[in-house]
Amino acid sequence: MFWQQTSFVTRHSWIETACLLLLCFFVPEHIWAAKIGDVGADSSLGEQMLRFLSFRDPSVRYAVAGAILLGISCGLLGCFIVVRKMALVGDTLSHAVLPGVAIGFLVSGIDATGLFEWNFDVNAIEKNPTLIFIGAVIAGFLGTFFVSYLRKTTKIKEDTALGMTLASFFAVGICLLTMIQELPTGNKSGIDKFMFGQAAAIGEDDIKLMMVVTALIVIIVYALYKELLVTSFDSGFANSIALPSQWIHHLLMLLVAFSVVIALQAVGVMLVSAMLITPAASAYLLTDRMHRMLFYAVGFGVASGVLGAFASFLKPNIPTGPCMVLGASTVFTIAFFVGPRHGVLTRWLRHRSRSENVRRENTLKAMYQVLENRNAQPEESVSITELAERRGETIDEISIQTKALDRHGLATLHEEGNAVLFTPNGWQLACKIVRNHRLWELYLTNAANIAPDHVHDDAEEIEHILGDEVVRELERMLEDTTRDPHGKNIPGFEEIHKPFTPTATGPSGYGGNS
Amino acid sequence: MSENPEEQSQEFPLEVHDLTAGYHKKPVLWGIDLQVPKGKLVGIVGPNGAGKSTLIKAAMGLVPPSSGWVKIFGKPYKENRQRVGYVPQRESVDWDFPVTVMDVVIMGRYGHVGLFKRPKKADREIARDCLDKVKMLPFANRQISNLSGGQQQRVFLARALAQESDIYFMDEPFAGVDAATESAIITLLHELREKGKTLLVVHHDLPTARNYFDQLLLLNMRVVAYGDTEDVFTYELLQKTYGGRLTILSEVADAVRQREN
Repeated sequence: MFWQQTSFVTRHSWIETACLLLLCFFVPEHIWAAKIGDVGADSSLGEQMLRFLSFRDPSVRYAVAGAILLGISCGLLGCFIVVRKMALVGDTLSHAVLPGVAIGFLVSGIDATGLFEWNFDVNAIEKNPTLIFIGAVIAGFLGTFFVSYLRKTTKIKEDTALGMTLASFFAVGICLLTMIQELPTGNKSGIDKFMFGQAAAIGEDDIKLMMVVTALIVIIVYALYKELLVTSFDSGFANSIALPSQWIHHLLMLLVAFSVVIALQAVGVMLVSAMLITPAASAYLLTDRMHRMLFYAVGFGVASGVLGAFASFLKPNIPTGPCMVLGASTVFTIAFFVGPRHGVLTRWLRHRSRSENVRRENTLKAMYQVLENRNAQPEESVSITELAERRGETIDEISIQTKALDRHGLATLHEEGNAVLFTPNGWQLACKIVRNHRLWELYLTNAANIAPDHVHDDAEEIEHILGDEVVRELERMLEDTTRDPHGKNIPGFEEIHKPFTPTATGPSGYGGNS
Repeated sequence: MSENPEEQSQEFPLEVHDLTAGYHKKPVLWGIDLQVPKGKLVGIVGPNGAGKSTLIKAAMGLVPPSSGWVKIFGKPYKENRQRVGYVPQRESVDWDFPVTVMDVVIMGRYGHVGLFKRPKKADREIARDCLDKVKMLPFANRQISNLSGGQQQRVFLARALAQESDIYFMDEPFAGVDAATESAIITLLHELREKGKTLLVVHHDLPTARNYFDQLLLLNMRVVAYGDTEDVFTYELLQKTYGGRLTILSEVADAVRQREN
């Protein structure tokens, strides 16, 4: 309900935003405005926000579009990674692509004039998205190949193989990266942005590549949704109906490698796996259906991507990657605490309100019992001291409870708070609780053959949770429901709905409660 | 009944010839020969590690054989896979997976739906009927983690029913289920048999095996005995299956692995 609506809204708003932005790119605009990072610190925060939100600069548009595209691709694939328990694989893959990125850079400096006549021109090194993409995907695949090869041929388990591959590929990448940066053109090539990401460094070519890859991912996930679902859930069964589980796994890995590589520029090698996992994990907390999980994850991915781009625009010294990941983690934190079903805070609040209910019901029951012992009418007042004696609590504790009853319209305070009177609602609830308690005791002794002196504690718990249907069921099963095993009267229909003639003499009277 | 005996012999729902299969180069099954006739409810029994699960996995090509062959209705598995239904072990999947009971049962239709296509309304109807047969229809929209063990097993059974197959392989469908589910499952198995389906069921409980199945396959890395329950369920054959582990075979298996490494 609440979340469904939210997702619906997010879904539509991101589609619209994405369409708008995609339109923007096809407007011919070759004037290169200042890059995000070039904006001086002298412009005010308000101005900066306006610049970002108006999408005046192409670089802002590229950054936001990039964030949206990577949110979509990472969100979709992240869901399958999470349910297949492959989070570590994603992490390894993202670190393993680094040497590929560096080699992609270096290859752009090679000028092939003939089959064996290659010239390497340091000055020609540039950021060519296609070459970097190819290099990164190859490196990623080498990494995953190493992992599966190690696992098959040695007794090394998967986690160890993943950890080793991650570290060694990353180390090679760092060495290559440092070498490139020491080249004369290395510094301005922007390769340093690949570590922690800089959305501002995204150019037109990057966006084109990102669009192609994201479209491919969306199409494949849509077309193969059923196959991805069944191979993720039960690969043995999928194999038995001759689905090529292995191929689907490899295809998924290829797509993950693609999405990691296109996200690199904005998020950076170090943190890109978080963009895969965190939005999907938040979605996993919020829903029990795979297709909803996909939509939520895309929404969260896009939201955290755009927020990250925005934050790093306001504070250009901070790389985009950490901002985006912080955004995603914030979403996760919110889902963790206030998720409608499994949220920690939600569960705690639910628990608290339940135990408050139980306390109120217990006080009402005590009032009933006091009156019962006095052989009094329900309209008569019960003093705080009588209640405290009955419940075995202090006067202070009881007066907190009676005030709570007053707030909920179950009783009214009387004699300056030293006594309480039932309201009709309070009386009915008290009768119901007492009835539940005694019916349950009767059931346990009659039907379950438990000794009468053993049933009280159990009934203390059960009285608060017996539903109307169960009560009716109990009534059907028990023939005589007038007396409980201890010989006490079980309040019946007549008693519960007794006409209530208030004899209140106190100033508050009836109906004076909120 | 076919009049031509040769043609009839080719139409065995399951025919296994000299099958050897195993994991990581270590054979678990040795030279299995088996011909299961149509319309039989066959229990596969044997001690732990006897290769019961491996046999049905090898029959479906999930475990590649190192020698020998398997035919389903006279053809290799791949050509007749639509006629095969499978109930894996309940523990083989993650029951926290974000799908509902209905989603799982519809997976039984995936083999018929074809690549890239979505299940149609007719497929949903079939899935509903199958859920009804195992008395799980009221749970159709529940997420699967809220189910008891017996309910989970019924969901898997409903999925297999939705496959509308002619031969079923079931891996320990009675493991860890309540008595009500156990009797519901056995009724269902008998119904399927009445419709001429062939069922191979891995079973771990000997006393009930005698009452449940038409035929028994006593397995301990090789076929100890296969035949009608009253003929096979004898003290000597069971002793041969369960008593005195086939030490020579496991020693040879170790030797094979060591040489290959």
